[in-house]
Amino acid sequence: MTAANGEGDDLARAPWIPAPRESADDHAELAEPPVLSHTVLKSLLGAWALSACSAAETRAVEDHLTACAPCADEALRLRDAVTLLHEDRDLDLDPLLRSRVLENCLGRRPARIPVPAWATPYDAETARLDALLRDIGESEWHAPVRLKWYEDDRQVRRKATVAGVIGHLLAVDGLVSGALGLTDPLGADVSPELTPTERTEAFWESLDRPPNRSLRGPWRDQSHTLIRTVSFAGREVADLTVTYGDFALPLKDALLERAFECWLHADDIANAVAYPYEPPSGPHLHGMIDLAARLLPAAVAHRRRTGRAAAPRHLVTAGAPGRSLHLEVEGAGGGHWYIALDSPAALGSPDHTVAQVALDGVEFCQLVAGHITPEEAAAGQTGDRQAIQEVLAAAASLSHL
Amino acid sequence: MATDTPPRWDRRMQQRLARGEAAALGELYDRYASLVHSLAHRVLDDDQAADQVTREVFGYIWENPEAYDPRQGNLRSWVAGVTQRTAVHRLRQAEATAYAETGIGSAEELEAKVHRASVAARADYIVTSMPAPLRKALELAYFQRRDYRQTAADLSISH
Repeated sequence: MTAANGEGDDLARAPWIPAPRESADDHAELAEPPVLSHTVLKSLLGAWALSACSAAETRAVEDHLTACAPCADEALRLRDAVTLLHEDRDLDLDPLLRSRVLENCLGRRPARIPVPAWATPYDAETARLDALLRDIGESEWHAPVRLKWYEDDRQVRRKATVAGVIGHLLAVDGLVSGALGLTDPLGADVSPELTPTERTEAFWESLDRPPNRSLRGPWRDQSHTLIRTVSFAGREVADLTVTYGDFALPLKDALLERAFECWLHADDIANAVAYPYEPPSGPHLHGMIDLAARLLPAAVAHRRRTGRAAAPRHLVTAGAPGRSLHLEVEGAGGGHWYIALDSPAALGSPDHTVAQVALDGVEFCQLVAGHITPEEAAAGQTGDRQAIQEVLAAAASLSHL
Repeated sequence: MATDTPPRWDRRMQQRLARGEAAALGELYDRYASLVHSLAHRVLDDDQAADQVTREVFGYIWENPEAYDPRQGNLRSWVAGVTQRTAVHRLRQAEATAYAETGIGSAEELEAKVHRASVAARADYIVTSMPAPLRKALELAYFQRRDYRQTAADLSISH
């Protein structure tokens, strides 16, 4: 982008030099130019070339240029240099370019220390969020974000800011850091029993000031360190237990869960600052849906134990196929899952399907995140109503802050 | 991130790339992709061509991390140099192909175009390499059209 407006008057006055753009308060045309020395005028040339002088100074400089050849030469050079400036920030670096570039590199020279396949969704999602954060302005870090999730079968809301959400991600990713023996962002003596919500509250309370953009660095450093650490760790690290207070996941699933949270909170942030944000790539989305589908039988059983769902209809021998719900997820990352209804130990089976639910992949994820209600999950549904209601309610119950 | 990294970070990154650590490649991309892509775009003025140059530049660095010599300067300026050469090479090829096909243009015009594109990319690099306060002052003065006194006041600096 180069200067190209409001140049008529100036051109008439100084036809031999491309004229500066008018400066912001250029209305003092009638004022006498101040009397300034050659040295002062020379020092103003840079500001003049940028059209950053006041109107009176602009006139003084331009009068001087007609009389002083060295300054006129310098002014021409500076004006040429200014035309090279442009505001084209790289807002639209394609987020999918990263995986294409890395894939190309690794095709040319295979990595001796690869990133484990189960860590790539976390790698990709943290990189996408970081690119979004790079593009937002200082003030947008304080834009309000409304967080939603499910607790005790009802939607809970909490107000936060963009920076607060990054603090939340930093605090909960810290669970994984702790499990790997890395520095916990909550400090060395934090209780390992805290739930994600409790960790987040503790982190927010520990800040002296409201969270701001300075959290980007620590959040990003931690995610880079996690990826690097799991790359160097042996294969068995995938099964290391990560405890979330009231539940636990093997590390490979915990990082998938963190990738899922990173995406959905990035989407919250993007909505808050009116930026477009796409869902993860198909294979990564598939992994996230698969994780939720694997967690559903236990979530249904948990609801039964707490009296939120009816007792199982049938007793099933562990490892045997039992009554199942056919979950059909459409779109990128979709597929077919058979959710065991009567026991987490039973096998989901196409031959024992009693109900079918069809919905879009992103919509299913929004349900699992507690962003939409089971009623809003406008699914194609056939078969056993109660089974459908229990599974959709269990899906929403997987959400947490 | 416009700022230079400490020399230690640069050397460490080079070692990590040399021993084939994929996580280091990801970090390198996260730090420099925006610089590489914008410089390539400035030279070639085309999104797809800039994507392609980005792919080539990171491919080259990943395959040849030892080509970086920390004694010659920081990693960032080396990456910018590799990008500049790759993009200009591509511009020459594209222009030569167009010339062969259409017969429009001349060797002098091609050289002038290459020169203009190189200078523009160099200017971008200099601006993105400025210390943050200087860059901020430039942005306020030029893009938001504040005069230099307002700019100084906005930035709480005096002279």
